[in-house]
Amino acid sequence: MKKIMTIIAAAALLVTAAGCGGAEGETAENTETVVSTDGSTSMEKVIGYLSEAYMDENSGINVTYNPTGSGSGIQAVSEDRCDIGLSSRDLTDDEAQELDATIIAIDGIAMIVNPENGVSDLSIEQIKSIFTGEITNWSDLGGEDMPIVLIGREAASGTRDGFEAVTGTEGKCAYAQELTSTGDVIQTVAGNPNAIGYASFASINDSVKTLTVEGVEPTAKTIQSGEYKIQRDFIFVTKRNKQLSPAAQDFFNFAVSDDADKLITDAGAVPVKH
Amino acid sequence: MNKLKKPAHVLERTMHIIFLLCGLTAVLFVALTTVFLAISGIPAIHKIGIFKFLFGKVWASTAAEPLYGILPFITSSVYGTLGAIVIGVPIGLLCAIFLAKMSPRGLGGAVRNAVDLLAGIPSVVYGLVGMIIIVPLVREVFNLPDGASLFAAIIVLTVMILPSVISVSETAIRAVPKEYEEASLALGATKTETVFKVTVPAAKSGIASAIVLGIGRAIGEAMAVMMVSGNVANMPKLFGSVRFLTTAVASEMSYSSGLQRQALFSIALVLFIFVMLINGILNLIIKRGERNE
Repeated sequence: MKKIMTIIAAAALLVTAAGCGGAEGETAENTETVVSTDGSTSMEKVIGYLSEAYMDENSGINVTYNPTGSGSGIQAVSEDRCDIGLSSRDLTDDEAQELDATIIAIDGIAMIVNPENGVSDLSIEQIKSIFTGEITNWSDLGGEDMPIVLIGREAASGTRDGFEAVTGTEGKCAYAQELTSTGDVIQTVAGNPNAIGYASFASINDSVKTLTVEGVEPTAKTIQSGEYKIQRDFIFVTKRNKQLSPAAQDFFNFAVSDDADKLITDAGAVPVKH
Repeated sequence: MNKLKKPAHVLERTMHIIFLLCGLTAVLFVALTTVFLAISGIPAIHKIGIFKFLFGKVWASTAAEPLYGILPFITSSVYGTLGAIVIGVPIGLLCAIFLAKMSPRGLGGAVRNAVDLLAGIPSVVYGLVGMIIIVPLVREVFNLPDGASLFAAIIVLTVMILPSVISVSETAIRAVPKEYEEASLALGATKTETVFKVTVPAAKSGIASAIVLGIGRAIGEAMAVMMVSGNVANMPKLFGSVRFLTTAVASEMSYSSGLQRQALFSIALVLFIFVMLINGILNLIIKRGERNE
């Protein structure tokens, strides 16, 4: 009997302790200042690195991120549902009437082939013909007589979205494989001499050959200067006629400062030249 | 006397309740999963239209005008599972016969250990091996542009269903009464004749459960399949890139929203119904087997 009583008492204690914990958490959240960001899923890594570093230095400020896609993020900021909208596409003329765009980073997308492949340069036009299935053999591009195998990413990948937008191949790509991570793409291209794929420029390693596009090699420099064509901007979208909250403004300033450059590089993107 | 007995009695009652609660947990989770899948899966089917959903040949969930046809996934899953059964069951059955009837003691133990080990390998490891060895091998052997295909998935699934097929059919074969075989041998039949004409027919309900278990394992596998099948939502071709029901859910869940997400739940519901049917068949086979005995 005693044992059972002890168990019940212990259980009761645990429950009260848990209850207290919950209450504490709530009060902490109430006093926290929230900076909400909303938008592009491709910016997840960049915004993650930035907000983590920022929250480490500024306790009491909570930077949230809602991965809804560029379009939804732009809409959210124009309807005051978040502080900063995140977009990996440029604003349309309509949107630009009342919204401001600030480039915080650039995403470079490298074209990769197997190291055995003789082709080393492609134009945007050629890439377009390859991915839409008009050119199906490497011999048409000055390589050996081998079929071309297209390795892509899953439908909502930011890299795929960016690649297809720049090359004008949205929804027209005849992929042989749709893989779910950059690592898988590199691994597959490294293992198949016929393959061509795309991957974020920062994650490329020696197991694959990076092509030059229109004669330009993707490096941080050529991406920054815009010479390397397959790239897009990551932008912060804010309302023109509305002041950001002090916390949001501070986070914004942090994201465009020199301090953020290393974080942006770590996150696999290229910082903007200041 | 009465006083002494009481604590023991209380303890007995308490333990009984604890056992009951643990027993009910499993039931509770099955019930929760079923209700959850039904609630989250049915709206999308309703919105898309059941015919369009089940028999639509195009899956373009992120297009400007999205299409949600899952026929490519259903057929790929069915073909992949069938392929694995067609290749895997004969190998597994013969291996089980070897283990139960033919093996010298030392070798039998080694084979059994290997089979047990095969059962314990995580599916992501199968996928990795498939991606690095089988996919390039398929490409070279069949002289294809790319090896990631339904065929590669079938091979990986075949290996993955072997352990359950082998161990369940071995148990079934061992359970056949010795007298049957002795009678057959005494009548002058050879060992091989006895195995195929007496032992295997006598163990058929056990072997059937082994096959059904294999089907269940194959149709539910996601990770390994995702890594070797290419993952494009095409109607299935043996040497083409395909997407299974499982991988359709797994590959889009992380970024889906709205109707697309609901449709993924509907795919999970379809898969769940498949697995329930398979379990139902399994139960039927086992019950019929018991009745025959």
